Amino acid sequence: MQKVRIKFHIERKNYSWQIIYKYFEKLVNVMTKPQDIDVMKPTGQEFPKEKYDELEAFINNLETTKGALIEILHKAQEIFRYLPRDVQLFIARKLGIPGAEVFGVVSFYSYFTTKPGGKHTVSVCMGTACFVRGADKVIEKFKEVLGIESNETTEDGLFTIKDVRCIGACGLAPVVMVDGKVYGRVKVEDVDGIINTYRKQEEQNADKVLR
Amino acid sequence: MEQDNQCENKKTLNIQINDQKLTVPEGITVLEASHEAGVKIPTLCHLDLHDLQMYNKTASCRVCMVELLDPKNNRNKLVPSCVTKVQDGMAVRTDTIRAITARRMAVELMLSNHPNECFTCPKNLECELQSLAEELNVRQIRWEGERMVYPKDMSSDAIVKDANKCIYCRRCETGCNEVQTCGILSGIGRGFNAFVGPFANIPMVESSCTYCGQCVQVCPTAALTEAFHTDKVWEAINDPDKHVIVQTAPAIRVALGELFGMEAGTIVTGKMVTALKRMGFDEVFDTNFGADLTIMEEASELIYRLKNNKTLPILTNCCPAWVKFIEHQFPELIHVPSTCKSPHIMLGTIAKTYYAEKKGLDPDNIVVVSVMPCIAKKAEAKRAELTKDEHNNVDIVITTRELGAMIKEAGIEFERLPDSEFDNPLGETTGASVIFGTAGGVIEAALRTAHEWMTGEKLEKVEFEELRGMEGVRRATVKIGDQELKIGIASGLGNAREILEDIRDGKADYHAIEIMACPGGCIAGGGQPYHHGNHEVVKKRREAIYEEDRRKKVRKSHENKEILELYKKYLGDPFGDMAHELLHTHFEERERI
Repeated sequence: MQKVRIKFHIERKNYSWQIIYKYFEKLVNVMTKPQDIDVMKPTGQEFPKEKYDELEAFINNLETTKGALIEILHKAQEIFRYLPRDVQLFIARKLGIPGAEVFGVVSFYSYFTTKPGGKHTVSVCMGTACFVRGADKVIEKFKEVLGIESNETTEDGLFTIKDVRCIGACGLAPVVMVDGKVYGRVKVEDVDGIINTYRKQEEQNADKVLR
Repeated sequence: MEQDNQCENKKTLNIQINDQKLTVPEGITVLEASHEAGVKIPTLCHLDLHDLQMYNKTASCRVCMVELLDPKNNRNKLVPSCVTKVQDGMAVRTDTIRAITARRMAVELMLSNHPNECFTCPKNLECELQSLAEELNVRQIRWEGERMVYPKDMSSDAIVKDANKCIYCRRCETGCNEVQTCGILSGIGRGFNAFVGPFANIPMVESSCTYCGQCVQVCPTAALTEAFHTDKVWEAINDPDKHVIVQTAPAIRVALGELFGMEAGTIVTGKMVTALKRMGFDEVFDTNFGADLTIMEEASELIYRLKNNKTLPILTNCCPAWVKFIEHQFPELIHVPSTCKSPHIMLGTIAKTYYAEKKGLDPDNIVVVSVMPCIAKKAEAKRAELTKDEHNNVDIVITTRELGAMIKEAGIEFERLPDSEFDNPLGETTGASVIFGTAGGVIEAALRTAHEWMTGEKLEKVEFEELRGMEGVRRATVKIGDQELKIGIASGLGNAREILEDIRDGKADYHAIEIMACPGGCIAGGGQPYHHGNHEVVKKRREAIYEEDRRKKVRKSHENKEILELYKKYLGDPFGDMAHELLHTHFEERERI
């Protein structure tokens, strides 16, 4: 997608305007850009029947499926880790609603993902407190070290970067969360260390398998 | 609103719009009240097609902003008038500088992310966003920024989707989901990149889209249009080796005039034929001939099914969008529709067999062009099973709008044209075939013939008033001799779904059902001149169709001399072996996506 940076036609005579403008410009630069919406191809990945059964049982146990689409999608993502095309169609047919409607909801909420994420998810908090304490520099460093953008996964399938809003740990700002573990007061220099912890873990696991 | 007024219990409220004091019924919106008061508020996403029960009230465009006055608290408020209900004592101003600026700004923001290609846009001068920019006096676009760049979806032979021109009014979504119940289109994504598209953003051709074109009919911009094939037609006309035949559907003659500034419902049959001849077509035939042929076959099939206790009801299948609908949505019922080909395909077949033989022409050199009020016919003509001897029955399909564009392109002054007659033999038609253009027409035409064949008596009054009406679903009982036939008529795929569900669940006892995908029938087809939200236009076209029927001397298909000649010399008996081979087809079960 071709990007043209937004130009703000704001009169910048007043000092306070300048501050707002600078802050805003900075924010726009680091925030997740709206994602391009690609054609979703079948992944070819086959899931075991048990997973579909689990989802079906969950849907059958709901009192009503009316207004429950989001709840069902949450459950489905929990079971399958992401929401591939087949799972979305499965839900649509089960609920008797158009596939387009399911896809519309999936593509609307950033929580839902249609691509399998990496093994580890690096969530960098971009909430106000973390942001003013340098989360923008931290996320840039993660992007640099891993060579990917937000919402992308490294080629080896190990890491996905996500920028999230406030995770309620403002006292530790800036905060980075890897899977369930929270890292507080993260500095740019710490980034390599965090990544290496997980890389080492993987290497050790691989060694065990080899032995 | 009329209904609201009739309701006695309804409270009335006193409101003020600009300087006018009004008494209005409870429950209406500020926009509707302003309309009553003769105050115009511009709208874009709003669409109220009362007859179709289609209401698009997403309030997403913010073009209808008005100012609600609250002088006590010194807190005037901007509100979208299309979804704001009137309240007692409400004071609204539509003409304050704040309201006007807000409206203009909404349009400017839309334009800041809209391709600047009006000159070459297929919706040029028909675009509602364009006319709104003019109406709101937009003279500059103050913002310049990111733009959506999505590839055009030209995957299908029928509909082109250009997401870059989508302004997210979601009229198409309402039409597709609520009126037609196809559920193909949905809002995809969020914020800046959002647009409307099918499941998983797959190409339209992979979806279960019926190509009915109702989304195209309501799209305010060119985000959804038909696929254009006029170049292919010019190419064929200018190829000296080709014998180019054109045929026009019944609904074209009552709508084409609108493209040249004529009143809706003007019958322009004669002028249209002259125009086509001047454009250089070798023969100008009438799809109505195909329609008469369809009746011969369909009425025979109905009688056959009645006599032999075969599957009932019989469903008409002249409408390719409806055929695709049943294939995707009710695959378990595909043995129910009649097996007849649609009228224009029948004419194409006869042109390349009987007519070719008669004239000593090589069918390979015949090009059949269909002018249709329909977008689905474009896809139909490309269906694999509708080819015989490896050439298509119909080669190119263009819409009413495309024909209008070609006439303009050729420099023909349509208004001043004299009348001419269709060419023979495939231009000889009856009144029965004309009414194919409106909902209920096919079944009426079939009954005119079936009645005479079943009873052996002459039908004095050919009009079946009980089959005429604008309702979405119409049920009627027609007495033929000592037999009572239960007839169902549905126009609009949502209404069709209702009837089909009854059939599937064994709740229906119809003998024959007519289904048309577009609400109102072909006169309101996806390829017709844009109605721009004014459904009165469709009613006028409908009147014109019945008028054209009344003008015809012969009003029953089986009295068409050329049709009788065709059976005598070439096809043998109606519903016989030769007719089966040439005029019948089959359907296939398809996946629902």
